[in-house]
Amino acid sequence: MIEYTLDKVKIADTVILKKLNNTGSIRRRLLDIGFIPGTKIENVLTAPFKDPTLYRIRGTLIAIRNSDAKNIVVEECYEI
Amino acid sequence: MKYNIALIGNPNVGKSTVFNALTGMHQHTGNWPGKTVSLASGIFEYNKNTYEMYDLPGTYSLISHSEEERIARDAIMYDKHDCVVVVCDATCLERNLNLVLQILEITDDVVVCINLLDEAKKKKIDIDFNLLEKKLGVPVVGCTARSKKNLDKLLKKIDEVSTKKVKETPTKIRYKRVIEEGIKELIEVIKPLNKTKIETRFIAIKLLDDNEEIREDLYKFLKIKNRKKIENMVKKIRVKLLDSDIKIDELKDEIVKSIVLKSEEIASSTVTFNNKDYLKRQTKLDKILTSKLTGIPIMLLLLIVVFYITIIGANYPSDLLFDFFSSLEEPLISIFNYLHFPEFLTNVIVLGAYKTLTWVVSVMLPPMAIFFPLFTILEDSGYLPRIAFNLDKCFKKCNACGKQALTMCMGFGCNAVGVTGCRIIDSKRERLIAILTNNFVPCNGRFPTIIAIITMFFVGFSKEANLLKVLFLTGVILLGIFTTLFVSNILSRTILKGEPSSFTLELPPYRKPQYLKVIIRSILDRTLRVLSRAVIVAIPTGIIIYLFANININDTSILLHLSNFLDPFANIIGLDGVILLAFILGFPANEIVVPIIIMSYLSTGVMTDFTSLIELKQLLVNNGWTITTAICTILFSLMHWPCSTTCLTIKKETGSLKWTMLSILIPTVCGFTLCFITKILFSIF
Repeated sequence: MIEYTLDKVKIADTVILKKLNNTGSIRRRLLDIGFIPGTKIENVLTAPFKDPTLYRIRGTLIAIRNSDAKNIVVEECYEI
Repeated sequence: MKYNIALIGNPNVGKSTVFNALTGMHQHTGNWPGKTVSLASGIFEYNKNTYEMYDLPGTYSLISHSEEERIARDAIMYDKHDCVVVVCDATCLERNLNLVLQILEITDDVVVCINLLDEAKKKKIDIDFNLLEKKLGVPVVGCTARSKKNLDKLLKKIDEVSTKKVKETPTKIRYKRVIEEGIKELIEVIKPLNKTKIETRFIAIKLLDDNEEIREDLYKFLKIKNRKKIENMVKKIRVKLLDSDIKIDELKDEIVKSIVLKSEEIASSTVTFNNKDYLKRQTKLDKILTSKLTGIPIMLLLLIVVFYITIIGANYPSDLLFDFFSSLEEPLISIFNYLHFPEFLTNVIVLGAYKTLTWVVSVMLPPMAIFFPLFTILEDSGYLPRIAFNLDKCFKKCNACGKQALTMCMGFGCNAVGVTGCRIIDSKRERLIAILTNNFVPCNGRFPTIIAIITMFFVGFSKEANLLKVLFLTGVILLGIFTTLFVSNILSRTILKGEPSSFTLELPPYRKPQYLKVIIRSILDRTLRVLSRAVIVAIPTGIIIYLFANININDTSILLHLSNFLDPFANIIGLDGVILLAFILGFPANEIVVPIIIMSYLSTGVMTDFTSLIELKQLLVNNGWTITTAICTILFSLMHWPCSTTCLTIKKETGSLKWTMLSILIPTVCGFTLCFITKILFSIF
């Protein structure tokens, strides 16, 4: 299984969340909106100035700054 | 009997719509998270009982990251209520169940209201309500609050739960075995001490958790003096957890994980998605409105279009009102004369109060009545959070938060509303930056003034000039936005030093606005409210100005004394004493700045009356206005102290006099500096 971080995911690709390395309140917030291991995340698009990026998770659209996405470890998703 | 009902839900699930539908009130609604920022309450009757309902701020969870979440959590935990109504979005039930499950941990008296069924139907999402009710163990009602569908059913369930006609058997989340064992041990210690309505199990979980704020509040609420026994037990359990490799931080993670997984489990067995195309359509729209290539141009275009419609649409009614009110002036004076009013009193009423009032109504009302509905339509459609998404990078570069863009949008309507809206920003530092700079966005009370000056001095009165006018106004607004970013940047490098904090921004699904409803509501609620404030201020100010202008001390009017006194300062920044005085007297409401200027000039006798903008320009020019004066007045209108309402709101929101003073000082200094530079530049060339 190839592991990388969420900010490296290409547009329209779907990955599976492996681990959150974020700390503090952003970690709680991410957990709250469903960023827990095993969850599918799709990169929908990137904002005009290349940051933040919009992800689809559990049926909702969430924008996250790339600096935060760097701390989210994901792995490839084979079945979509 | 009277019962208390708390209304809670994720942001942007139509909570306010449910609230309005049940209470018949008109709490403002909008399609973006964080609309309801303060507690509203309303009363309704059902089955001979009276219900008072509290509308809590939208929140994803009760674990509290932001101010509004803390308010919601405290209300659910500590306030007395007979029933909690949790409003959920039928189109993304899974995430909404998160909050439902958390509330079920605190209290059993819950009714789950699944709203937005019409949208779910459009998206071909089916929900098995019976199964959902069985799984949750509390009443579940599906409804469409916008069209008031099934609300009677919701009322019935609220009534049943409040009057204890039904016995709920709410589902509880099960955590890992070690955690459950710990909770059980702690429950035994707390149970005899808990005389409140809060579930003992919930108290136990929260005491195990490491949140000092909640812990202290709980102890206070439970009136527990001797904490020793409980704290020893907590310590003992934590050691046990550590033995099983669960650190205190991971305990939190475990708790949240269990809740999310439970929601997933319930949602996957009760919700079926039959249409995948819907998502594609939404994504397509986002690819146009927020993409690299088109996102920013479309945003600017929308800004221009909104102001174009506002200006074009306001022209005609504005002229009409102006003519109408002017034509009434003569008859009004005749009537007063006929009634043998003293001439001075007649003049105070007609030339003072009446003239100020009619200016405010004819010049301010039409743009407001057009701008507010347009803005509300944008708000309703779900576009505003996309602006925050598009611009976040700019704010990040200034060490601020993208959500600030949203609060600036609200500032266009009213800066006080914009300041309150800053609560959606989690980081305290970034929230303060947004509050301190909100005034750089010209509100509805200011841009009609700016438009009027642009018309008179820069683009002329021809019909073709409209587009030019809009571009000019857009330029002024862009200057305001640029200054906001510039000042935010300086603030976050000096007195509000800090790194940009992490943030998540939810982009809600696009919704088709309910045009007619939006127009009626925004005119009634927003336009008239803002206008009535201006009118209330306009009448006494008009009278005072007239008196100032006509009561002489040493052969010179008080007004002239004042404006002469201000003249030297004002001249430095390209204004004159009268203009500066008007801005000072306009502190209660920016709408009255121009009428004060007019009245002051009229009373000094160069010209006695005017009936149109063309004549007004003549009046201004006769009183020494040049292009420089016009530019400086526009700049000063864009950047000076916030109006009194905004100042009070800032004081309330920051709770500190220091920040309030700074919020006055910062735009004023910027205005002075910019006007000064402009003046210098123009006197050189």
